Amino acid sequence: MVGTAIGSAIEGMRPIVEMQFADFSSIALNQILNNAGTHYWRTNVPVPITVRLPSGGTKGSGPFHSQSMESIYAHYPGLIVMTPATVEDAYTMLIEAVAIDDPVVYCEHKYLYYHLKADKLPTEGLPTGRARIAREGRDLTIVSYSAMVHEALAVAEQLAPEGFEIEVVDLRSVKPLDTNTVLASVARTGRLLCVGESFPWGGVTAEVIARVTGEGFHLLDAAPQRINAKDTPIPYHPNLWSAHRPNAKEIVRKARALLRE
Amino acid sequence: MLQTAQRQSKTKKPKTALPHERFLEAFRWMLLTRTLEEKLVSLYRGGLITGGVYIGKGQEAVSVACGLFLKKGDIFAPLIRDQAGRSAFGERLLDVTRTYLGSRLGPMRGRDGNIHRGRPQENQLAMVSHLGAMISVTVGALMSKRFKGEKGFVGLACIGEGGMQAGAFHEGMNIAAVEQVPLVIVATNNHYAYSTPNDREFACDDLVDRAIGYGFEGYSLDGTDLGACLEVIGGAVKRARAGRPPQLVVASVLRLSGHGEHDDASYVTEEIKREPFARDCLKVAEQAIVDLKLVDAETLAEWRKEAAAKVDEAIATAQKEAPPEGDKEDWCALSTRDLVDDVGTIE
Repeated sequence: MVGTAIGSAIEGMRPIVEMQFADFSSIALNQILNNAGTHYWRTNVPVPITVRLPSGGTKGSGPFHSQSMESIYAHYPGLIVMTPATVEDAYTMLIEAVAIDDPVVYCEHKYLYYHLKADKLPTEGLPTGRARIAREGRDLTIVSYSAMVHEALAVAEQLAPEGFEIEVVDLRSVKPLDTNTVLASVARTGRLLCVGESFPWGGVTAEVIARVTGEGFHLLDAAPQRINAKDTPIPYHPNLWSAHRPNAKEIVRKARALLRE
Repeated sequence: MLQTAQRQSKTKKPKTALPHERFLEAFRWMLLTRTLEEKLVSLYRGGLITGGVYIGKGQEAVSVACGLFLKKGDIFAPLIRDQAGRSAFGERLLDVTRTYLGSRLGPMRGRDGNIHRGRPQENQLAMVSHLGAMISVTVGALMSKRFKGEKGFVGLACIGEGGMQAGAFHEGMNIAAVEQVPLVIVATNNHYAYSTPNDREFACDDLVDRAIGYGFEGYSLDGTDLGACLEVIGGAVKRARAGRPPQLVVASVLRLSGHGEHDDASYVTEEIKREPFARDCLKVAEQAIVDLKLVDAETLAEWRKEAAAKVDEAIATAQKEAPPEGDKEDWCALSTRDLVDDVGTIE
């Protein structure tokens, strides 16, 4: 499927490949990473394909229909990785993904399908590569993307009556990653918590922390923290699944600890 | 095995060259290829080529037939032993020498080496090392041409018997038949996948039997016989172009070299070297030319000299050219420059 898309793109089309579940894209890793991802660099001929990855966990989906693959794709050169969190971004970024001359891995969280609605579609959105301040605050920055933005917003709401003003940054795309917007937010708050739904080893949250500590260490009043899913396959049963992924309870606990420092 | 039905050739006057002219043209590409690759091997042995050198010795007859029947607008997906086909399809000798010798002016500009080169904008697809992957890419290019309303085109993808055992090859064959694209797959069974012999690669009697299982038409041929290569592969290209189902051609040869020049091929058995398919196709073709008196010995000597001169010139030119330099390289893997991630670049 991805191979035929690459061939079509070389011949001038703009194919969209829908993976049904992000997890299944592991079968096409070779074509996405080694063929599409290297093509422009090697041959000077870009490959404008869009690979749609229905991503992330939902109740009862289990180990093979729940994964978040953005960190893997972001690790490889030659790919753009989008992770929209809102209906508006899902719409404008998909259109932009098709228009971009390079391969785009478009991670659409299944949470968006089931829980979000919009009355009308936007005519324009922020450009790709620009993060969005989803909620303003001055005590702590929570950097997130995709469905976890909504968990972060819920936590910010929950901690507001206690007097904490939490800023939530929605990365929108993890590659390119808008380091400047994150640094500007940390400059305001002095504290950083990164939340991602993918597995904990490496990945987007680690990358954000590496960049902030490397480039804005002096802005930090406390050691930056991150929350990811657990380092096991994703469980089937809703009780296990909700404990496996980052959840509001865990985010609140870590946010409070950071705010106390 | 299916038989070639040549009904059309009786009613339509073919515009192609006469068989012996085609044979001689093919022979000259083979000669050029052998001359070039022998030179590349000696440069490699002399330490003047970094990376690997992969040659098609013993497979030139099959390969040349792959390139020779393709026209402008057709898609060609060669693999590592297809210098003869690449040249016949129109690849410039300088593309080869510049890539091997690391000139920054080559099509890959030092970013990729040896046989990974290609010019996708000229329909020479640039292979990846993961065998089988280029089949579906070729299918996609053909689907795109069909979407755009182009007519009369064909795609030809090469594979070896080792690559035929990879999952990607299976998927590519399947989608080609499902989409009924005008594709020819030429599989060269050179009897070793690196050092793995046929009996450790597959367990079926004949690889061509797989054609029917996918919905392909299948043909076998003796890959050491240039005349047979031209007839069978030429016929397959013609049938694909005419709208027949995708075509699989399985050619039998022996790889007369190592997997690459770093490999002494000591595992190739003495028995297999005595098999009929172990003949050197270039010598067989030359013998046919002599026996049939297609050209005289003087002409053959002249062709040899011309080939050597062309190769020497292409090597000399590439050797004079500057290599790429790390501090001047454009380290950007995206064509959309404003979407390049700033990792490690913020000062």
